[in-house]
Amino acid sequence: MTETTPTTREPDPLEFDKPRVSIRKPEHRFDSQGETPDASRVERAMNSFVRDFGRTAAVYMESCIHCGMCAEACHFYEVTQDPKYTPIWKLEPFKQAYKREYGPFAFVYRALNLKPKVTVDELQQWQHLLYDSCTVCGRCSLMCPMGIDIASLVSQARHGMFKAGLVPHELAAVTERARREGSPLGATPKVFADRCEWLSDEHDVEITIDKPRADVLCAMSSIEIMKYPESVVATARIMRHVGADWTFRLDGYEATNFGLLTGDAAAQKELTLKIVHAAVACGAKVVVLPECGHAYTALRWMGANMYGKPLPFRVLHIAEFLAEQVRTGKLRLRKLGKTVTFHDPCQLVRRGGAIEAPREVLQALGVELREMYPTKGANWCCGGGGGVVAIHRADELRHKVFKIKMEQIEETGAELPVTSCANCRQTFDDGQAHFKWDKTMHSLLELVADNLVEDAQ
Amino acid sequence: MNLLDFARGPALQWSLVIFVVGVLWRLLGVLLLRTRKDLSEPRQAAAWKGLRLIALRSWPRKEFLGGTAFGEVMGYAFHIGFLLTLFFYVPHVLFFADIARGLFGTDLHGLTGLHWPTLPNGVVTLLSAISIAALVAVLIHRIVNPVKRLISNFDDYFSWLVTIAPLATGMAAFAHLGGWPYERLLAVHLLSAELLLVWFPFGKLMHAFTIFVARGSTGMLFERKGASL
Repeated sequence: MTETTPTTREPDPLEFDKPRVSIRKPEHRFDSQGETPDASRVERAMNSFVRDFGRTAAVYMESCIHCGMCAEACHFYEVTQDPKYTPIWKLEPFKQAYKREYGPFAFVYRALNLKPKVTVDELQQWQHLLYDSCTVCGRCSLMCPMGIDIASLVSQARHGMFKAGLVPHELAAVTERARREGSPLGATPKVFADRCEWLSDEHDVEITIDKPRADVLCAMSSIEIMKYPESVVATARIMRHVGADWTFRLDGYEATNFGLLTGDAAAQKELTLKIVHAAVACGAKVVVLPECGHAYTALRWMGANMYGKPLPFRVLHIAEFLAEQVRTGKLRLRKLGKTVTFHDPCQLVRRGGAIEAPREVLQALGVELREMYPTKGANWCCGGGGGVVAIHRADELRHKVFKIKMEQIEETGAELPVTSCANCRQTFDDGQAHFKWDKTMHSLLELVADNLVEDAQ
Repeated sequence: MNLLDFARGPALQWSLVIFVVGVLWRLLGVLLLRTRKDLSEPRQAAAWKGLRLIALRSWPRKEFLGGTAFGEVMGYAFHIGFLLTLFFYVPHVLFFADIARGLFGTDLHGLTGLHWPTLPNGVVTLLSAISIAALVAVLIHRIVNPVKRLISNFDDYFSWLVTIAPLATGMAAFAHLGGWPYERLLAVHLLSAELLLVWFPFGKLMHAFTIFVARGSTGMLFERKGASL
């Protein structure tokens, strides 16, 4: 049994002087939350897992033929060849519970005790498989011959783990901080406002905050605010360049949604609704999301379902916004004349569908795009998604996985690796520092802002 | 009632009843669950186009082929061998015609309007042999491969047994193996097929139906988002 978080504990200190942003490495890990007895933890996990079970998830549960092919798609299996990292195995206790408690023949399984009850020890073991070694990148979902979207089931299992209070220390800590302070990584409204003021002076650019009415509401991720503040400046420059009627709002600027990563559905909804309400309040026609993959999933694909009705505005990832501005001719860019390779953020590309938008922007930058192999939907994940990069005990495994990316990028021979996700970017920064690699990941957004034609004039 | 009468009579009837009721129970048990309307604005309105995943996922993307080729080839070998043998071996077609007459009062031609084709015995023998060989290969792979060994359970091994059994007993009956009277061999063959029917709704053999629903659902969900299929 791992240690349970004491209720009176001080919030974990954040750490900003390292290549990745997280809480400081905890001296004592608390990977169980709350005072719930073990039996109740299991019951809560399983009830939560099956509570939202709709037709599609149930069909998935009925369809696995144990062919094991999903292992071939998983980066954690690829680098370790350890069968426990087989994606569908990461769901084993939940599959058991489904058959025993919920499936059409559950009464038979229970009557004959064909599937034993899941224990809290099993769930604790599976915490490593569901969080540390799954980035919810969905590459396995692309491989499954039955067409099972395994990644969606992992997200559902994480809901169960959260309800059971069995979330890794770091993710529980930052989600708790997000609910308390409005930001998982300390980018509170005051910090954000101060940063914007400082950045505005420092870079001589107008950063609009809290305009009462605006067509475009921009949001940032806390990683950008705290670690890559140039992205805030880049956003402001680009908005001015294209002549957008835009604003940030202090009641809804933070697109990072650790509720989604942790499995805390209530926190996810709360964080999503902040942006939705801010957009409604200023009459925004478009919400432009930052370079953050899971923020895109949270608002673009899950936002309306959290809101309970269709969103009264469009939701665009910044790469999609930039591509639109290229198409309308409003975004005029200097030709970069370099060789570039693009790392596809999983939530944006494979699972989000914005496959060509970043490439259109790169084309407008006049670069020679050298695609990795595999690329686009089948590209390898950086290894840091799904909250993995924040978990200290997962570092060793994540670094192994990162070698795949280094090899892929080296093979292209491109001068600049570029991506459009701050979480991928910090995973690359961390990997670069760990391996003393000579390649630095670049942000598409910042690359565009650095090459606006007006800047050259 | 001798063994063959039992296999042709009550065993056949009950196995068919269990098969039909069990399959319907399991399918409807999931298909009748609610689905929540997705309120997000689709990237592509014609989500039904994602149904192409049903065909598309029949072969892996080139990026995944390396590690999965053995499973794919062996899988196809035993499925094709099994299904061709089942549906196009002359005695099977006559048997199905008998059942159709019993149930509907007309033969297969009257029922479907089709002239049911058959395959020469030699071809069927070869197909059955290929199917058996491929099934043995996938069993060995399941035991030897660490991933498959870890994720396997009773269902995997028992489903394998009830799949290979009709093939093996059919070959034995065809070849009059073991010095048994033909009638007994035929009875054992029929009983093995009935065992498959009885097990079908309870285990992984159900993927014969759910595969279309699972692939189709994922295809439509992903197509809606413009995600990679």
